Amino acid sequence: MIDGLCSLRRALDAGHLSAVEATTACLRSIEATDERLGAWLAVDAEGALAQAANVDRRRAAGDALGPLAGVPLGVKDIFLTRGLTTTCASRILEGFVPPYDATVIGRLRAADAVLLGKHNMDEFAMGSSSESSGFHPVRNPWDLDRIPGGSSGGSAVAVAAGHCAGALGTDTGGSVRQPAALCGVVGLKPTYGRLSRFGVIAFASSLDQPGPLARTVRDAAALFEVCAGLDPFDATSADVPVPTGLADLPAGADLRGLRLGVPAECFGEGLQPGVASAMRAALDVLRDLGAELVDIELPHTRFAVAAYYLIATAEASSNLARYDGVRFGRRAGAADDLHDLYGATRGAGFGLEVKRRIMLGTFALSAGYYDAYYQKASQVRTLISRDFDRAFEAVDAIVTPTSPTTAFRLGERVADPLQMYLADIFTIACNLAGLPGMSIPCGFDELNLPVGLQLLGRAFDEATVCRVGAAYEDATDWTARRPSLAEASP
Amino acid sequence: MSLDDRPWETVIGLEVHCQLATAEKLFCGCPNRFGQPPNRDTCPICLGMPGVLPVLNPHAVRLALRAGHALGCVVQPRSIFARKHYFYPDLPKGYQITQYEQPILLGGAVDLELDDGRSARINLTRIHIEEDAGKSSHGEGGATLVDLNRAGVPLIEIVSEPEMRSADEAVAYLRALHAIVRYLGVSDGNMEEGSFRCDANVSIRRAGETTLGTRTELKNLNSFRGVQRSIEYEAGRHADLLEHGRAIVQETRLWDDAAGRTRAMRGKEEAHDYRYFPEPDLPALVLTAADEVAATVDLPELPAARRARLVAVTGLSAYDAAVLTAERALADYFEAAVAAHPANPKGISNWVTSELLARVPADAVAAGPVPPVALARLVGLIDDGTLSGRLAKEVFEAMLAGEGDPDAIVEARGLRQVTDSDAIEVACRAVIAGNPAQLAQFRGGKAQVKGFFVGQVMRATGGKANPGQVNALLDRLLAEGE
Repeated sequence: MIDGLCSLRRALDAGHLSAVEATTACLRSIEATDERLGAWLAVDAEGALAQAANVDRRRAAGDALGPLAGVPLGVKDIFLTRGLTTTCASRILEGFVPPYDATVIGRLRAADAVLLGKHNMDEFAMGSSSESSGFHPVRNPWDLDRIPGGSSGGSAVAVAAGHCAGALGTDTGGSVRQPAALCGVVGLKPTYGRLSRFGVIAFASSLDQPGPLARTVRDAAALFEVCAGLDPFDATSADVPVPTGLADLPAGADLRGLRLGVPAECFGEGLQPGVASAMRAALDVLRDLGAELVDIELPHTRFAVAAYYLIATAEASSNLARYDGVRFGRRAGAADDLHDLYGATRGAGFGLEVKRRIMLGTFALSAGYYDAYYQKASQVRTLISRDFDRAFEAVDAIVTPTSPTTAFRLGERVADPLQMYLADIFTIACNLAGLPGMSIPCGFDELNLPVGLQLLGRAFDEATVCRVGAAYEDATDWTARRPSLAEASP
Repeated sequence: MSLDDRPWETVIGLEVHCQLATAEKLFCGCPNRFGQPPNRDTCPICLGMPGVLPVLNPHAVRLALRAGHALGCVVQPRSIFARKHYFYPDLPKGYQITQYEQPILLGGAVDLELDDGRSARINLTRIHIEEDAGKSSHGEGGATLVDLNRAGVPLIEIVSEPEMRSADEAVAYLRALHAIVRYLGVSDGNMEEGSFRCDANVSIRRAGETTLGTRTELKNLNSFRGVQRSIEYEAGRHADLLEHGRAIVQETRLWDDAAGRTRAMRGKEEAHDYRYFPEPDLPALVLTAADEVAATVDLPELPAARRARLVAVTGLSAYDAAVLTAERALADYFEAAVAAHPANPKGISNWVTSELLARVPADAVAAGPVPPVALARLVGLIDDGTLSGRLAKEVFEAMLAGEGDPDAIVEARGLRQVTDSDAIEVACRAVIAGNPAQLAQFRGGKAQVKGFFVGQVMRATGGKANPGQVNALLDRLLAEGE
């Protein structure tokens, strides 16, 4: 049973267990519960054990090791992994074996992490429930009839269930934070440009950002520090120094002198009572830690979901044009001509939600509609950024619920895309503004389903977000609670 | 079909796609070169694999700026890239990265000197940077083969205003632009390899009208001659339609060089909504002062200025100056030769244009078998009387054959012209004495027989006697006995 990333790292360093033992424990845990959870699309047991054995050998020889030496991790199947099948949970990429590693995968390998395999997700990261996977849905370990959130649902579940010490997901409109909240783990979406997008299958390029999921704030910070930083292969990656020491934040610190903004919009309609009460209790804890709570307004965030679904779908319609069956992935069999080949390949390869978003995005960019849709959405995006700029003149971080509800039932919203899209109502604005955000466990509702607290920071100020998160985590014991399914596994 | 004698004016605007002479492609590190086996110069980035991102090649930006400075464009301190979408197998990502609403260069102009002596200024709308697509070959049996070596090669698209009024003018514009980009080292300009390509927008209107007629866009123009013929054909087609009361359909047409006509592309090939939007993977291109300075460093003298200078300084005709400055390498060659023998630029020009260019391509003269200093020496040997014109040609042939510099060849072959008048007089007297019959004819009034004596003297001296001296001596000696 893997406890957490930082504690495992200490145990490995101290020689309490070997990397092979830790990896074997993870593989057993996956074997024990993943049939019910569906969190993994590929498990590379052989490769993982070989990496682990290599770390053990080098440790025994006294070699210098990377900061994640022997730590077993999983990554969302959106990251390209050289030699290991990568599908983005889409049938159109079934059997695709990438010829290169994503930059962040390369950094994990350079840090001597052990890569267990690839996590299930919503197809092309389009969804908030992980039901749109082209292969099979993912189930929430706290209640197997419920969704784990999405799109990084497999990663959140794998961490919650103890399959791995940490995971890397991606967050375009909440895809790291919302499943983290619904599964009771920590999810960090760094500032846009912090982690390289090179080798990350693009959904919406101006919004996508890789981010870690882990058991604790410090665990997530340890992954963040390894993966973050300028990449010459990503022109949008930022040349801003990466904070250090976040994984070793001192325990029991207070938040004196820190101003936390609480937007009025957060307690509006649609907020489940269980989420609202957990949120109020969390605000009390933060106040008790010495933080000053400040009421703020983000007036344009009510347009965020609308703007997001124009910008994200427009970019997606463009990014997904390359899946034509010509150079890689699946190609439909018989076709009369080129257009038939495209139609048959894409018709058979893409799922319903992906097709819906390609259609929406294509429409939003079409001649005669561009100004009214894409252009207008871009203007709204600017206004939302300015709302945050103004708010951050008065506060150091912002606190909201991560999701208006706890995990809903499988199939409950499949037929109602609008309801599904509203699951990201609190997380989307952060992507539009490019800011860092984190979800940390802050309680449970009356059904014993986890609730997440969202912290938003200034651009490139992940340090403050982590500091607040760690202080809150130290003052509560929510992260220590595990689903019974995980407790029962070996 | 010709528009001569008909009351129409042709209006032409050109879009020129010019590949930039960078070492690497526009957005990845693959080599930018021609002639490799299909798909050798590719990587995940230019293949449009999942997860790849473009990173702009700064060298391409510098070359575009160089062209912009030379053409007098207004450099835009901030420009943005956009995606242009269409599905085709030679476009790996399903979109082309180009510049749309905010290009790097606006305005500018090309000044022309036309064959009839007129000059004209053709204004430019814009120049933008974009990536090339791959190449599709439609083989037998309906198979299409795709070569992506060209995918991602950097281009600038140079868009003119619709200011050309004849096919001749369009070709003159293209030639001028071609010479400029080659002078600048911005492009190799190789039309056969597709480094320099052109689409033409053609419309006609009644002379004196100020509004534009409906235009058609001509594609697949692979040579200057193709541009000329296609525009003439298309303008004639427009006139025929209008004269029969029919309308021009605004459409894209392909030039069929073999058939000598244009044909409409099928609706499917043409019906595109490109859905442009700003490229989210690339930040705005913000130029620094250093970029702009770098683009102006070592700008060469451009063809028009060089032509004017050669006319003014060396006294060449405008025509000769135009021939000599069409290629930068040729003009460099000429000027190097003149520097070695400044006394006779005209003589050097004649040797370059009539002898050298008949044997060596204009862009290869510098590296050819006749270096400029050697050609200058050859002209010098003629000018100082060492070589006759005929001997000089023999020496030139030997130079082409790689036998060395002119002095060595003259020495080795003993070609030095005989200018010793005593020796020539001895030869002349011997020929006169040996041909009494011809002498009698000459004295009988047949003056043309003198040519016979000249020929005999030249033969007797192995062609080395100075022909001027032979003529003068024969005149004196033949008159002596009268």
